[in-house]
Amino acid sequence: MKLLAIDTSSETCSAALLLDERLEQRLEHAPRRHGELILPMMQDLLAEAGLAVTDLDAMAFGCGPGSFTGVRIATAVIQGAAFGAEIPVVPVSTLAAMAQGQFRRTGDRRLLVALDARMEEVYWGCFEIDGQDLAAYCCEERVCPPDSVSSPQGCGWHGVGPGWSAYRSLLTGRLGEALSGMSPEAVCEARDIAILAAADYAEGRHVPADRAMPVYLRDKVTRAA
Amino acid sequence: MRVLGIETSCDETGVAIYDGEQGLIAHAVYSQIGIHAEYGGVVPELASRDHVRKTLPLIHQVLEESDTAADLIDGVAYTAGPGLIGALLVGAALGRSLAWSWGCPAIGVHHMEGHLLAPLIETPAPEFPFVALLVSGGHTQLVDVAGIGEYRVLGESLDDAAGEAFDKTAKILDLPYPGGPELAKLAERGDPERFRFPRPMTDRPGLEFSFSGLKTFALNCLRTELARAEDPSQTRADIARAFEEAVVDTLAIKCRRALRETGRRRLVLAGGVSANRRLRERMNAAIAADGGETYYPRPDFCTDNGAMIAHAGWHRLRAGQHEPLAFKPRARWPMEQLPPL
Repeated sequence: MKLLAIDTSSETCSAALLLDERLEQRLEHAPRRHGELILPMMQDLLAEAGLAVTDLDAMAFGCGPGSFTGVRIATAVIQGAAFGAEIPVVPVSTLAAMAQGQFRRTGDRRLLVALDARMEEVYWGCFEIDGQDLAAYCCEERVCPPDSVSSPQGCGWHGVGPGWSAYRSLLTGRLGEALSGMSPEAVCEARDIAILAAADYAEGRHVPADRAMPVYLRDKVTRAA
Repeated sequence: MRVLGIETSCDETGVAIYDGEQGLIAHAVYSQIGIHAEYGGVVPELASRDHVRKTLPLIHQVLEESDTAADLIDGVAYTAGPGLIGALLVGAALGRSLAWSWGCPAIGVHHMEGHLLAPLIETPAPEFPFVALLVSGGHTQLVDVAGIGEYRVLGESLDDAAGEAFDKTAKILDLPYPGGPELAKLAERGDPERFRFPRPMTDRPGLEFSFSGLKTFALNCLRTELARAEDPSQTRADIARAFEEAVVDTLAIKCRRALRETGRRRLVLAGGVSANRRLRERMNAAIAADGGETYYPRPDFCTDNGAMIAHAGWHRLRAGQHEPLAFKPRARWPMEQLPPL
């Protein structure tokens, strides 16, 4: 399996190359500099491995939710690169990738991911790490006020992502005893997208380049005049 | 050399292929007018969302229509500014990564250079040097063009662009979005003699423009006249006509002045407003009276399109210019900063 994954959904920009069990990543905290960094990161990873883009089995990207512009940069970069190389694309949820990343770092298996969606709302996703050590959805991703997030069954849930610092008291109030701890500093990383994408790809869950699309969650972005 | 061009700077997704020997071999434009109509103007986030849906399918379409296999493309050109930054980023990211994946060079094209060189796609094409009037919803600019990348701005609008003044006045007249072309249509049945609007800044030297006062003049005229009008619909048409006459006349006066001051013989018109029929008639007559020539792109290429980007990109790529893997579109980008060929 040869898979290249990228993420530009937050102020962090990252790319990762998965070659069977081996995983290499480039990552930089780079607000508003994704356009300058992402293709050089991708090129660098391939060059180091001695691969051409057409040698890849698939490409993956963080399809959102996150910064609208950031998510579109990753989408457009992957559309162009995958179309040019004639390889399929695996879109991966940024929330699922953050749950996967938390498991990688701490071994936590019950994860509540929250991103600050502005306008007094969060992007929210609940995940449990399954038997294959992969983040699996417990509820549908959504955008909602922090005091109305879906609260999962049982206890031992770990909060992940900057939504937990932006709305700390509202979220902890809502979750109560179910919450065991939190890691608001967590960011989405391409290496975790690569892990989830490899599993999806192996099970045939991929799309052609022109169907690689962002997932914004927030679809109402205007008020009619 | 064959170049794929991508334009996503505002509310049109345009893709085209320009070939050095055969000229333009395919082009496709998708307009978002319907998406923005209910808001009375372009909503940047909606524009960006639509570009990311439409650009790749259009690329696919022009490659198929021109029977161009991917390995026949020698370069990719994308609009790198000026324009809406979120919209520009979609075309830049897609265009740059596609070129990387294909292993060919890429170039970020200045949107207004695309417009300015668009008449060169046509036959007969103007020779350098010339003076260009770039006139659209976002720009009213007179530019002296010695050659590609050798631009000197002679004058521009101090407030509203001509196209913007058309759209705002159309709104005052209750015409649907986007109002400019609707206003021109209404003006056709207006009486040119009934009202006379001022010709802003023509009574003093210089090549600057100011159109915001005309829209206020139209508003005041409409209020006064409607109160006593027997035929309000005719009054609206007469006001539309007087407004159009004033804009067209002002542009013609300044263009004629620009040719005289620079000693150039050729005038190139480009941008959305250059499709206006009255403007073309008046301009042709005014410039011919001084022994000059006027050039325009076909109406399809007056508004935003991918053909002009493919074409301008072809000129620069052919001269050996290209960009690194980093893409960095600019919302603002003075044309005088462009390098010569």
